[in-house]
Amino acid sequence: MATSTLKKIVPENPAHIKAELLAKYPSKVARKRSKQIMINEAMENTTPEISANVRTTPGIITMRGCSYAGCKGVIMGPTRDVVNLVHGPIGCSFYAWLTRRNQTNAGADGENYMNYCFSTDMQDSDIIFGGEKKLEAAIQEAYDLFHPRSIAIFATCPVGLIGDDIHTVAKRMKEKLGDCNVFAFSCEGYKGVSQSAGHHIANNQIFRHIVGENDEVKPGKYKINLLGEYNIGGDGFEIDRILKKCGITNISTFSGNSTYDQFASCHTADLNAVMCHRSINYVADMLETKYGIPWVKVNFIGAAATAKSLRKIAGYFGEKELIDLVEAVIAEEMPDVEKAIADVRPRTQGKTAMMFLGGSRAHHYQELFKEMGMRVIAAGYEFAHRDDYEGRKVIPDLKVDADSRNIEEIEVFRDEAKYRERKTPEEIKALEDSGYKFKEYDGMAPDMEKDTLIIDDLNQYEAEKLVEMMKPDLFCGGIKEKYSIQKLGVPMKQLHSYDSGGPYAGFKGAINFYYEIDRLVNSKVWSYMKAPWQDNPQLSATYGWE
Amino acid sequence: MLLRHTPKEITERSALMINPAKTCQPIGAMYAALGIHGCLPHSHGSQGCCAYHRSALTRHYKEPVSASTSSFTEGSSVFGGQANMLQAIENIFAVYNPEIIACHTTCLSETIGDDLKQIRKKALTEGKIPEGKFMISASTPSYVGSHVTGFSNMVKSMVGLAEPTGKKNGKVNIIPGWVEPADMEEIKRITKMIGVKTILFPDTSGVLNGPLSGEFKMYPDGGVTVAELQSTGDSIGTLALGEWCSADAARELDTKHKVPCQILDMPFGLKATDRFIDALRTIAGVTVPDELSMERGQLVDMISDMHQYVYHKKVALVGDPDQVIAMTEFLVSIDMCPIHIVTGTPGKAFERRIKEITKDMPFPCNVRAKGDMFLLHQWIKNDPVDLLIGNTYCKYISRDEDIPLVRWGFPILDRQGHQYFPTVGYKGALRLLEKILNVIQDRKDRDDPESKFELVL
Repeated sequence: MATSTLKKIVPENPAHIKAELLAKYPSKVARKRSKQIMINEAMENTTPEISANVRTTPGIITMRGCSYAGCKGVIMGPTRDVVNLVHGPIGCSFYAWLTRRNQTNAGADGENYMNYCFSTDMQDSDIIFGGEKKLEAAIQEAYDLFHPRSIAIFATCPVGLIGDDIHTVAKRMKEKLGDCNVFAFSCEGYKGVSQSAGHHIANNQIFRHIVGENDEVKPGKYKINLLGEYNIGGDGFEIDRILKKCGITNISTFSGNSTYDQFASCHTADLNAVMCHRSINYVADMLETKYGIPWVKVNFIGAAATAKSLRKIAGYFGEKELIDLVEAVIAEEMPDVEKAIADVRPRTQGKTAMMFLGGSRAHHYQELFKEMGMRVIAAGYEFAHRDDYEGRKVIPDLKVDADSRNIEEIEVFRDEAKYRERKTPEEIKALEDSGYKFKEYDGMAPDMEKDTLIIDDLNQYEAEKLVEMMKPDLFCGGIKEKYSIQKLGVPMKQLHSYDSGGPYAGFKGAINFYYEIDRLVNSKVWSYMKAPWQDNPQLSATYGWE
Repeated sequence: MLLRHTPKEITERSALMINPAKTCQPIGAMYAALGIHGCLPHSHGSQGCCAYHRSALTRHYKEPVSASTSSFTEGSSVFGGQANMLQAIENIFAVYNPEIIACHTTCLSETIGDDLKQIRKKALTEGKIPEGKFMISASTPSYVGSHVTGFSNMVKSMVGLAEPTGKKNGKVNIIPGWVEPADMEEIKRITKMIGVKTILFPDTSGVLNGPLSGEFKMYPDGGVTVAELQSTGDSIGTLALGEWCSADAARELDTKHKVPCQILDMPFGLKATDRFIDALRTIAGVTVPDELSMERGQLVDMISDMHQYVYHKKVALVGDPDQVIAMTEFLVSIDMCPIHIVTGTPGKAFERRIKEITKDMPFPCNVRAKGDMFLLHQWIKNDPVDLLIGNTYCKYISRDEDIPLVRWGFPILDRQGHQYFPTVGYKGALRLLEKILNVIQDRKDRDDPESKFELVL
């Protein structure tokens, strides 16, 4: 087994590590960061809660991106039959072009614009005189070339500043074109404090402009929507494979491998299964209020978690046929999983990992590490809110600050024509009495060991310090963190894009993950950091050729 | 088909860009700034800009790219970003302690009219820039030019550090333009071989092609130093490689400090390298060493040995103006025919240069500045080619149309080598030729019928 050249430091007291992380900061920054670093379950926390979804301090090298990235890149990126037209200078559209590894299956001749990059390529004259005319012309040109079902427009920073009214342009063009749904997102990069604002803006507009448009009843039984699954590395394909095998019909995934029509008919499903709580829990709430679809939290990351989630879905429908089939599928899939665990566990048992990711993955992936016998010693989110750490119980207490207030909340009412009660109040109560939990998410903190570190919006400096002090066997984050961590001799797994791997969801995904992590933490390369002459640099005598 | 909606029929577009052959100014400024030793690039805008540029550069180099941001919120967009920038300067020097901050603007801060020069003055007055530390800034609005313009603007800001002492330093400034770290290293090898003392800036060698040794150096060993940049005003002259990337900085040194300059093409291929070496030799007043003539001869030898495989082969080429001009000349010089040529960067001069270089070619040449890859693809559909040269995004066209692809340019996201193996100079041209031959001969080996399959090529 490979050994790293870095010295393993004796396990440190987490309070000491926290103090070390803060030591170098100017006092104002230190005070702010202190509230975002929580020692799990420790009484000496300065606050009983973690500070999250707050501004990043200027000058600090953050992992975070912007609202546009969350809206165009994350939520709308994976929908293949919508022309995503970015209104702005060229960069924003360029950087979000095929860089997130969302896979899609359009078949041999289905509509698929995901490999394309569309932009109005705003010039200085557009900034000075306004870009609405150019936007309108670009929509017309896109329509004439492709005749798409829908064109979505995304605002970049200058668009909001110069006051281009993209929503009016969209409305006008929708009317003019007749058979193309044109709508817009005010997702300027300066909105909110992270990508999270963009997720919200995107989901609101999908809800407002597409959801509920198609009432056609799709064939199949046990209809669900999978919310907050983005088909990175084919995760959604694996989940769909399992659902299909179980006889569960996935009406719509928000938004991995998705199409316009899936969103349009999602209100015909009978249950919403929420994967990424952060990016989409509010959509689940809106779907429940407007159409009467209850929601549950699921997690298809981890074999045990997948089995648990399938049982949860089956339990909701409550039919023996489904429950039996789910059990049969689990029984069929698990032996391969267990075989893989037995194979890798001798090499992964006891190893440690850190995870700083998104708004759900830093929690979900702990399941997989547990299955491999690995310990997560520090974790945190890039753009989550307090409820993702501490559970939905804190939602009523969340402070709405200036940055959150700017992000629209849609007020939703029951749609009397389309609302359908999925379960009677008695049925719901019976389920709850038997321990079934709707709308529940307890957050990451309860699932982490005592005295582990939970850090919100980790930055490059803290990441480096943390790795030096705690010397994990593996660090998980994104592309920007990848190589600074690996330079330290510690393997780094990207869990936004999965490097080139995946799927990691479901049963087959779990097996992929075990072997991938096994490969990473046991790679020989980590033993090559020093050349032979660097280990023993002093020559005591000159050697001859004798 | 990956690009299944691209029609063969070409229609004029006035507003819609599809599959761009350029990106925005700030990333060029960031890349240039990484070529200064001990420098932290800073993006004055929303967090997303900085995150996107760092990600794009990291995917291309597979190396850490450290850069900070002013993290604009809606409030700062309304009231101006000065407070954010001042706070950033303070935090950067306290936490990251660089020698120098190289700040660039974004479309956001440009649109609201933030003035970085004025903010720097304020920071100096308030003592936020420690003694012996520096800050430079470049205005890089994303809605003007392209990533190449941003690179050029940051390089121009670098020469703002020049402080002539009145005593010549005996060195030649070389501005290499947006080339790979390996290319910058190669330029230094060549100048050393000729015996010319140089200041090369920016210089990303040793920064974006670093080793794995168990140590993370936020400021790697490479890069031009601030002291060297200060000394550029004392140099005997400046060689700027590439009109788009490097000329502005060279002319600034000429205008401000009377350092004479010569603008050359980037030294890709035989003839451009010849001109570069000849210029160096003339400036330094030395004889070109035999080793270099030997390298040239090896290149000529390979061209002659393999001429039958490249002769009159049609090529589609996309990339940045300086690189594409030199590459077009190289292709024409080995009797290949670049018939479709696109750059995303604006500039009528580009089209004129390409027309001039390709005027004796046996086929007409389509050329477009401020074009996009959608147009390039349509041209290819109408008049197919034997070879495609461009960045990784070309692989979608390459697969759909079944055309061999040589990856060259920015970004390259799916192959390695560009960090370590140069394509400038004679050795670099040899490598380019090797890459071109490999894909053409691989194609021949794939397509030849069994009865005609050959061992020796």
